[in-house]
Amino acid sequence: MSALLEVRDLRTAFPSASGLLPVVDGVSFDLNRGEVLALVGESGSGKSMSALSTMRLVPKPGRVTEGSVRLDGTELLSLPVTDMRKIRGGRMSMIFQEPMTCLNPVVRVGEQVIEAIQLHEDVSTADARERTRELFVEVGIPDPEARLDAHPHQLSGGLKQRVMIAMALSTRPEILIADEPTTALDVTVQAQILALLRDLQRNRNAAILLITHDLGIVNELADRVAVMYAGRLVEVADRRSLLSDPRHPYTQGLLRSIPALATPGEALPEIPGVVPSPDQWPAGCRFSTRCSKRIERCDTVFPHESSPGEGRRVWCHVEDGEGA
Amino acid sequence: MMGVDAYIWSNLMTVLLIAGAVYAARVVRAQRLWREAAGELWRRRRFAIVVVGIYLGIGVADSIAWVGGVPEDAVGVLPNAPLSLIDRLFLDTREASYSAPLASVEFYGGKALRHPGSHLLGTDILGRDVLYMVFKGARVALLIGGLTSLIAIPLALLFGVSAGYFGGRIDDAVFFIISTLAAIPGLLLLIALIMVMGRGTVSVCIALAVTGWVGFCRLSRAETLKLRELDYIQAARALGVSEARIILRHILPNLAHLIVITFVLTFSGLVLSEATLSWLGIGVDGSWGQMIDGARDELSRSPIVWWNIGAAGAALFGLILAVNAVGDAIRDVLDPRTLRGSE
Amino acid sequence: MGAYVLRRLAYGVGVVLGVLFLLFVLFFAVTEPEDIARKALGDKAPPEAVAIWLENHGYDRPLWPWQNFQENLLFDHYRKMLTFDFGLSDADDSPIVDRIKAGAGPSLSLTVPLLVLSLLAAIPLSLLVAFFRETYIDRMGVFLCVLAMSVSTLLYIIGGQYIIGKLLRWYPISGFDADPLLLPRFLALPILVGILSGIGGDVRFYRTVFLEESGRDFVRTARAKGASEPRIMTRHVLRNALIPILTRVVLAIPFLFMGSLLLEAFFGIPGLGSMTFDAIQANDFATLRTMVYVGALLFIFGQVATDISYGFVDPRVRVE
Repeated sequence: MSALLEVRDLRTAFPSASGLLPVVDGVSFDLNRGEVLALVGESGSGKSMSALSTMRLVPKPGRVTEGSVRLDGTELLSLPVTDMRKIRGGRMSMIFQEPMTCLNPVVRVGEQVIEAIQLHEDVSTADARERTRELFVEVGIPDPEARLDAHPHQLSGGLKQRVMIAMALSTRPEILIADEPTTALDVTVQAQILALLRDLQRNRNAAILLITHDLGIVNELADRVAVMYAGRLVEVADRRSLLSDPRHPYTQGLLRSIPALATPGEALPEIPGVVPSPDQWPAGCRFSTRCSKRIERCDTVFPHESSPGEGRRVWCHVEDGEGA
Repeated sequence: MMGVDAYIWSNLMTVLLIAGAVYAARVVRAQRLWREAAGELWRRRRFAIVVVGIYLGIGVADSIAWVGGVPEDAVGVLPNAPLSLIDRLFLDTREASYSAPLASVEFYGGKALRHPGSHLLGTDILGRDVLYMVFKGARVALLIGGLTSLIAIPLALLFGVSAGYFGGRIDDAVFFIISTLAAIPGLLLLIALIMVMGRGTVSVCIALAVTGWVGFCRLSRAETLKLRELDYIQAARALGVSEARIILRHILPNLAHLIVITFVLTFSGLVLSEATLSWLGIGVDGSWGQMIDGARDELSRSPIVWWNIGAAGAALFGLILAVNAVGDAIRDVLDPRTLRGSE
Repeated sequence: MGAYVLRRLAYGVGVVLGVLFLLFVLFFAVTEPEDIARKALGDKAPPEAVAIWLENHGYDRPLWPWQNFQENLLFDHYRKMLTFDFGLSDADDSPIVDRIKAGAGPSLSLTVPLLVLSLLAAIPLSLLVAFFRETYIDRMGVFLCVLAMSVSTLLYIIGGQYIIGKLLRWYPISGFDADPLLLPRFLALPILVGILSGIGGDVRFYRTVFLEESGRDFVRTARAKGASEPRIMTRHVLRNALIPILTRVVLAIPFLFMGSLLLEAFFGIPGLGSMTFDAIQANDFATLRTMVYVGALLFIFGQVATDISYGFVDPRVRVE
């Protein structure tokens, strides 16, 4: 059986003075039914843009220049706008990083969820309201009846994110894209929201594409992990093998810089330098400028995909040489 | 024509302004950020910049004047009157009355003209060449916009920066003055000031400056408040750098882009205000506004005299449009965010 | 909340007193009453006539309290202005209050429809331009706005009178009639000219507001839940943009009473704008001073009222 969402060779770019600048540069991955796939990377790696590209929500003037996104075999990138709108918020929905600003400040939160339902289903406002109330209960909003008529500024950040989740789930989507859903929240609230997402995913059997920079969250929630660096994937693996046996030097660096995994008493090792911006991407392997295992070929030739194990993909000359 | 001594001042100011412009150009070229902004501006609004440059050139040519060098028998020229480059260019072009553009006879009556076919834009009721009058108006317009800004911007900076930087009582006082001035409808305050000070170029400029500085003062106060809280300025204070030095070295350079943007964006508003004042009878002599106002009745003549009002209106429109276009681009280039809301 | 309202009111009163002081400096200290009398009566008027004129207008006393604490112009000025006792016109000795009462009606009959129709024209246009952002329609719209803003109001008025009034003869060039059946014919042209001269700036302002709102995160949320672009524009963007738009409109309301100086004088509408215009022509300082004061008073009133009502609506305002 093919995957629920198939992304192939996706490229997204923004126009600039020196031509089109790619931010996502040939990304391919599958999202299977009922699984949680984490898309991991530093800021600027293109992970959010990849997710927005699958929904065709790339902010103007950016656009998807190439590639294919198939939902259950249907190509989304060439779909007429009206059909795409039925998919957005219908079969695929999305929650964002900033619950503070993602809700319309002048509209009552209940109304915003009701709008989401009524955009996709022909139900009366009373029925939609009742469903919203049930959703609020499901996502753990206390006193849901009163909260339906609250304005966003009357709710805490955690409650707002719960409203966002209720809105995203309101049409029983097959895919939920969660873009850094807990980054803007307090630590205790983060844990609650993660637990909520995990429960919902189990109960509803929805697939989640989780975008995060936090490997702790990956460990809690993900089934599989795709690591991105400078617009490209560098490694894809199931959670356990990626965390215990990372193959790409970048993934290894990321894991070493997590406090819980470091040797006590030693300085936390970090990856030197920063992610290069798109106009400074090296010709060969994108990570070559910061890589400690760099060999000559890395500077000029982009590494092929190699498969060091069942369901694993990695893009690295060094790893390729060792594995072969 | 200027008074006997005024022309010396005018020459001096022109030289100073040109020197200032050369200095500013050197500063722009020395700093990468400004040089790139200037390049981007030129790339985007080449045509508008050239148009503004032409107006500036005419204004400067009309600001440099000297006495003598005129044939004794020139019509309508007093001996010993200082004449500018523009005056000399249009020397001896007077007719007796209206002439249509490029006509060879008078518009009413059909008497032969002294200079047939030479008046590109015709002549006005007194027989003055309209192109000449339009050229003369350029200096007046630039003077209104420029002199006003030269008064208003330093004033606004002085009050705005000290209010924002020192806070406390000074801020309260400045804020009160701003609120008081802002409470009075702009046009009414303008009229009141000019009525009280008496009519004339300088009092119009002062009145425009008094009404115009408020907005910029508010802006520079808000920006200074923000800048003051920045880490490196806090650090400079902690290190004991003098207040004056912090303001001169750290605050003012960071306001430079706002000064440039505000100057260009208010310029067109000032020139348009003068046109309104001209019509109220309290404008500046020789401005396009006065030409428009004076030529209003000519539209009811038959056959109508359209070139006078048309030329003045077009000259005014051309300058304002070019300045607006450059101003918009300057804002986009120098400051993509801060001033967006203030449109 | 009570403290906030009181503080705001007190500040409003403070600004009114400040405006009055500025007016006193301008109209009494800088322009001495004797000068005004000479302008009103002519240079050759005998000293006795000047003295009588000064007495009639209440100007026959020293300026400052330290010259005469009981009787001085500064205290008189404050007392009269604060009790709305505006006195007599310097030009024709008519009571200013009566003229204000007579002028407010014609002014409002011009400015209220002008404001309403301007909004009705500018908001849909700017919504349209903002909807097509980053396309040639948007660029064209912005260019037309700048073009419209670069034309002097004088030219709009003269052009409007010439083309519509004189060439096409659709409406009378100027004039006024209180008869409600005839009034619209006289008002049509000034209102049309008023809308045209303001629409460039209005559309550009509202477009910026709309663009600001359409860049916000909740718009992306609406898009992610499948809302169509027109729906996003009208339901989400417009609703949020209404706050800055309303602020602008509410602040404009007090000025409706002041009329429009240019339009009224050009089109012969006997409102407060015309009255101000006549005062300028006749060196009528008393009327001018009163108009400036009334204008400032209306502005301050509008601003304080807006601030206080925001204080009730938005709890964050009070803390500042």
